[in-house]
Amino acid sequence: MAKITLTATKTPELRLEAENISPDIFAGKSVAEIAQLHVFVGKESQKLGDYFEVAGESGSTAANTTIVINGDVSRVKYIGMKMTDGEVIINGDADMYVGAWMSGGKITANGSVDAFSGLGMTGGELTVKGNAGNYLGAAYRGDWRGMQGGIIRVSGNAGSDIGTFMRGGTIIIGGNVDVHVGTHMEGGTIIVKGDAKSRVGGQMVKGEIYVFGDIEVMMPGFQYRKDVDIEVDGTEGSFALYEGDIGERHGKKKGETIYGQLYMKY
Amino acid sequence: MAKIVTDVVCPFCGTLCDDLEVALDDSGEKILEVYNACAIGATKFLHSQAEDRLTRPRMKQEDGSWKDVTYDEAVEYTAKMLVDAKKPLMYGWSSTSCSAQSIGSELGEEVGACMDNTATVCHGSTLIAVQDVGVPSATLGEIANRADRVVFWGCNPAHAHPRHMSRYSIFPRGFFTGKGSKSRKMVVVDPRKTDTAKMADIHLQLEQGRDYELLSAIRIAIRGEKLPETVAGIPAKTIKEVADTLKSGRFSVIFFGMGVTHSLGKNHNIDIAIAVTRDLNDYTKAAIIPMRGHYNVTGSGQVWGWQFGYPFCLDLSRGFPRYNPGDSSSNDLLIRDEVDAVFTLGSDPGAHFPVGSVKKIAQLPSVCIDPHITPTSAVSKLHVPVAFVGVEVGGCAYRMDNVPIETRKVVEPPEGMLTDEEFLAKVLDRVKKIKGVA
Repeated sequence: MAKITLTATKTPELRLEAENISPDIFAGKSVAEIAQLHVFVGKESQKLGDYFEVAGESGSTAANTTIVINGDVSRVKYIGMKMTDGEVIINGDADMYVGAWMSGGKITANGSVDAFSGLGMTGGELTVKGNAGNYLGAAYRGDWRGMQGGIIRVSGNAGSDIGTFMRGGTIIIGGNVDVHVGTHMEGGTIIVKGDAKSRVGGQMVKGEIYVFGDIEVMMPGFQYRKDVDIEVDGTEGSFALYEGDIGERHGKKKGETIYGQLYMKY
Repeated sequence: MAKIVTDVVCPFCGTLCDDLEVALDDSGEKILEVYNACAIGATKFLHSQAEDRLTRPRMKQEDGSWKDVTYDEAVEYTAKMLVDAKKPLMYGWSSTSCSAQSIGSELGEEVGACMDNTATVCHGSTLIAVQDVGVPSATLGEIANRADRVVFWGCNPAHAHPRHMSRYSIFPRGFFTGKGSKSRKMVVVDPRKTDTAKMADIHLQLEQGRDYELLSAIRIAIRGEKLPETVAGIPAKTIKEVADTLKSGRFSVIFFGMGVTHSLGKNHNIDIAIAVTRDLNDYTKAAIIPMRGHYNVTGSGQVWGWQFGYPFCLDLSRGFPRYNPGDSSSNDLLIRDEVDAVFTLGSDPGAHFPVGSVKKIAQLPSVCIDPHITPTSAVSKLHVPVAFVGVEVGGCAYRMDNVPIETRKVVEPPEGMLTDEEFLAKVLDRVKKIKGVA
């Protein structure tokens, strides 16, 4: 697999908008061509080469292109946005919208990512070794389709509004999460291995949420059904199954009402 | 004999009372008295006549003192600042007319600005929720004539919108509400015992920050499903009582304020309050209306809505409108070092933003357009006083229920003073010349 290395040479004065950092765009381009790609600082269009040293070579297609990003990119937005294939490895922290609307390929952030990462993603794999910000795998403003496919795995904590309007795919958080997990969820799976604050599964229609730790305040719309012994992401255990959100609309299948499912580990 | 100007519109809050009467002296230049207005509205009219009012722009010197400059110099500084900045923030727009907002939009587009209005720290979360789930709403006229169940959630109109209850929501005798307040049931949801709460038939004194849970519980109660013993510190029995009260009305309305739009959960609180309203429509007629603050903050959302497709938090830096509160919202832009110049018009972020944001305004090139001396003008490099919209110049404003009302000019502004619209037009003209597009 061909590898392109981007090494940050300059910290942008404001934030850098670099949606061109994606295997789809880099594929088939020479190092010089890649350095000529645009990045935006506010209304000014500048060159990727002004902020990064570009080395290595790109593959002929996105699928066989790997981008390794070294140095400080904590002020760089949109890394891997809308990527369909290939791989991006970020050796450090990144700013907002990492892997937003991605449909395939793999992103590994060895540091933390800021808000709106994995926004509305439909496929692929986003792995974050540090923490994730708010709106992870959520819907873009006004959109009723949050994450629809793929997998997001965060080793650390995540912020609020995870998986808002989520319709498919899986989000796994190793640590704790803030308020509003899976609000308006209509499918997919969210696994929280640490604690959750209040408002887990509010206005949830369908889908599954697993919480290994505590929930500070349970939503009133969840009703206890039964205890189940299941395996969740490699961990076996007893879970209490709650169904809800009772106040929200719910569809029927074979005469049975389908509810969102919230599992709490004993 | 004083001259009385009738049917004057009050340019203070989103209630936009249109029945004010202003008494002028014989010359017609001085306001003597304002009738029918609340204390805040009356003060706004009288304050325009303050003797220490600024009438010319002033620039901050290196030593912190102010120096008077001409309007032309002010236009030059503002135009240059906006053109030179990579990402200027143009904030405010809530205390001015729709036509000034429209020229401002043109200016923002020309210089690739991030444009935001006071909704960003106010009812912006309401606008997000409306985009997410829609809104069943009504006009205040319908409320006055029909509403027999009135909920005030996280708002205190007795202090913030002083004439709201007497003109529209509680006391007026309407076509179907002939007994005034006697024909209405009033529910107030507030963790504090406010002056509004003291008037309520039912006061739900919920735990701070548990609005979302309580609203969810009301939805469950409306559906007749089982509730936990208490939610948000309110017993299930009381929640059922409130749900039944709302269901049994002929027309229920929920008014809500910053107690829910900017407490924990923000847009989700409104989102579920809208869901409650929608659920109630299965049983009766119900509507929900935000208690908008500035007299034309609704208008600025309207103007940008039809010009750009988004009501606030606009990012025009790339030549097309982008919108994502949390990214393109003023405080995030300031605190995350994303902007390099600040232009303020018709609002006072200095008094309402977190101190971190205000410090950034003080560090950056900045212009404040405001008739008053405010905390924002104090931290800005240039302060441009302008005529009072609604007092010294007319113009369109939108009431909190999205009804446009033309405000009236009552007196002349001090001689030689520009209006917002005139100043913005001059800056736009200068910007086009600097960029060579005019």
